[in-house]
Amino acid sequence: MASTAVIDKAAPTRAVKYGSMSRDRKWALRWSYFFLGVFAIFSLVPPLYMFITSLKGSAEISAATNPWWVFHPTSANYVGLLTSNQFLRFFWNSAMVSIFVVTITMLISVPAAFALARMRFWGSATLATGVFLTYLVPDTLLFLPLFKMFAAFGDWTGIQLINRWYVLLIVYPTLTVPFCTWIMIGYFASIPKELDEAAIIDGASWFQTLTRIFIPVAMPGLIAATIFAFTVSWAQFLYPLVFTTSTDQLVLPVGIITTLIKGDVFNWGQIMTGALLGAAPPLIIYAFLMDYYIAGLTAGATKG
Amino acid sequence: MADVTLRKVIKRYDDVEAVRGIDLDIADKEFVVLVGPSGCGKSTTLRMIAGLEDITDGDIMIGGDVVNDVPPKDRDIAMVFQNYALYPHMTVAENMSFGLRLKHYPKAEIKSRVTEAARMLDITDLIDRKPKQLSGGQRQRVAMGRAIVRNPKVFLFDEPLSNLDAKLRVQMRIEIKKVHQKVRTTTVYVTHDQVEAMTLADRVVVMNRGCIEQIGTPNDLYHNPATRFVAGFIGSPAMNFVPCRLEEVGGKPLIRLTDRIAFPLPPARAARYQNVSRNEKLLLGIRPEHITEAKAHPEPGIETFDAVLDVTEPMGMETLIYFIVQGEEICGKVNPNAGARDGAPLRLAVDLNNMHLLNEATGVVL
Repeated sequence: MASTAVIDKAAPTRAVKYGSMSRDRKWALRWSYFFLGVFAIFSLVPPLYMFITSLKGSAEISAATNPWWVFHPTSANYVGLLTSNQFLRFFWNSAMVSIFVVTITMLISVPAAFALARMRFWGSATLATGVFLTYLVPDTLLFLPLFKMFAAFGDWTGIQLINRWYVLLIVYPTLTVPFCTWIMIGYFASIPKELDEAAIIDGASWFQTLTRIFIPVAMPGLIAATIFAFTVSWAQFLYPLVFTTSTDQLVLPVGIITTLIKGDVFNWGQIMTGALLGAAPPLIIYAFLMDYYIAGLTAGATKG
Repeated sequence: MADVTLRKVIKRYDDVEAVRGIDLDIADKEFVVLVGPSGCGKSTTLRMIAGLEDITDGDIMIGGDVVNDVPPKDRDIAMVFQNYALYPHMTVAENMSFGLRLKHYPKAEIKSRVTEAARMLDITDLIDRKPKQLSGGQRQRVAMGRAIVRNPKVFLFDEPLSNLDAKLRVQMRIEIKKVHQKVRTTTVYVTHDQVEAMTLADRVVVMNRGCIEQIGTPNDLYHNPATRFVAGFIGSPAMNFVPCRLEEVGGKPLIRLTDRIAFPLPPARAARYQNVSRNEKLLLGIRPEHITEAKAHPEPGIETFDAVLDVTEPMGMETLIYFIVQGEEICGKVNPNAGARDGAPLRLAVDLNNMHLLNEATGVVL
């Protein structure tokens, strides 16, 4: 009898132990799905609302009908914007600024990161930290002194930079270069030291080591940095708002706000359409390069 | 001609002296192995020869020219790294030809050199693969191929086999030896594995704490170590050291280990140790293979004693035995049929013709 009792006791203990493992996991999964669901709704509802609104005419938007449903769908907003030279001009400005900024950023941060990560020189570690610290200064603090600087520069030299779209090519890199340099330092640091030593012994110069070994090997990190730089310059609002005013110099985010809001009249349909169209390029780039982006951000976590 | 000479080479990192003024002459076509425990300065020495580390003081000469300030690419050396350091985005052929392509060699010559090296290393089939698709041994071959195609004055190997499993290591060791027999390039090879050092080297350089302890052929180091460090480092299982002193009984010199154990010295050894002070604290150094089971017919210089075995380790070909003398664990090698058992007594013989006597304080072999 005694032995049966022992077995009886032991059996449920084992079962519970085994069961608790899978139950833990089940609960963990349930919570993950719950929070993922909440987050998905949280981030997808605004674009959905924008999309719904973009399909409505002005009358329907201001009518007191169900805002989540389109009763009279119209493509007037899309046609209106895409045939408007002004809107296309904003788009073009944004594209020009972003492409140039990305190029400038990469041309500066990749060699900078390589030098800071690999060419040990006096003060390189401090400099690397310094680069990152500059990223922590918010643009809301920087725009006034920057504006004064460009104004003063204009007074001295007669070269007017303010209210020209290309002033943004100087301003944006203050945001993108530090961060991209920081990402690339991390990525380059994860490349084994022997690789550049092997290249140096093989007869490569520092520049050849960078172009023929480091850049190809660090391509995922490079793409991550590129995407970041593109996103920052595409979505930047404060600097273009401050530095550009003429409608032909505006970039998309500022252009939408300044031309589609007339006094207290909000052209909601076109604002939503413009915002959606403006969000499309980064979305497309993300979709294509997502895998690289993730690989780049998790570099060093696991050494491949 | 590609001899390598180090003259009073010093490497200092801030306060730490990693290499403390070493002198080394490596002849043309010679295979020299630097061996020692980690942190002994062997890798630093190799990297200084490569030019990857600046030297703090002294001179390094390759082929008679001082190369202290010559950058690595102009030293005409090739290096094989522990983790292979293959370029992950290039194929095997591209990896091997990278150095030649940088120097703008004609395409035909590059191709013929790569093909030749690949054939020598038996990696012809892998030539279009990426390093990721190769096993550890294959990667190491490619790394060697990359060194060979350059046809350099000096090969430098930095612990090239440490990342391989034991079986592959033995195989690659033979491979490296074969390659050296074919290309006959001056080679400096760094390892912490004394077996690698013994099997590969023309001459072994034993390093410890930034200094050279001894330079010699493998057999020389094994049979005539200069210091306790070398005696203990070379050979596996390691040499036994037992505290002892010399005594004179009836005009004959004795070596006394304990109150109960004392052996008369063989005549050759007695003559050699004639001038050693009888009061000095000494160490008897004896290799495990010179402690065996007692034979029926004793030979001169072989003395017998009884011991109670602590542990026995049957290895098949021989059985390793461990017992305690003077608090020191002593290892011996006996015939598997000698009847050695854990905790059992056994009559053992020690071959004093192969003994070493060391000064306990200085560690110098007398």
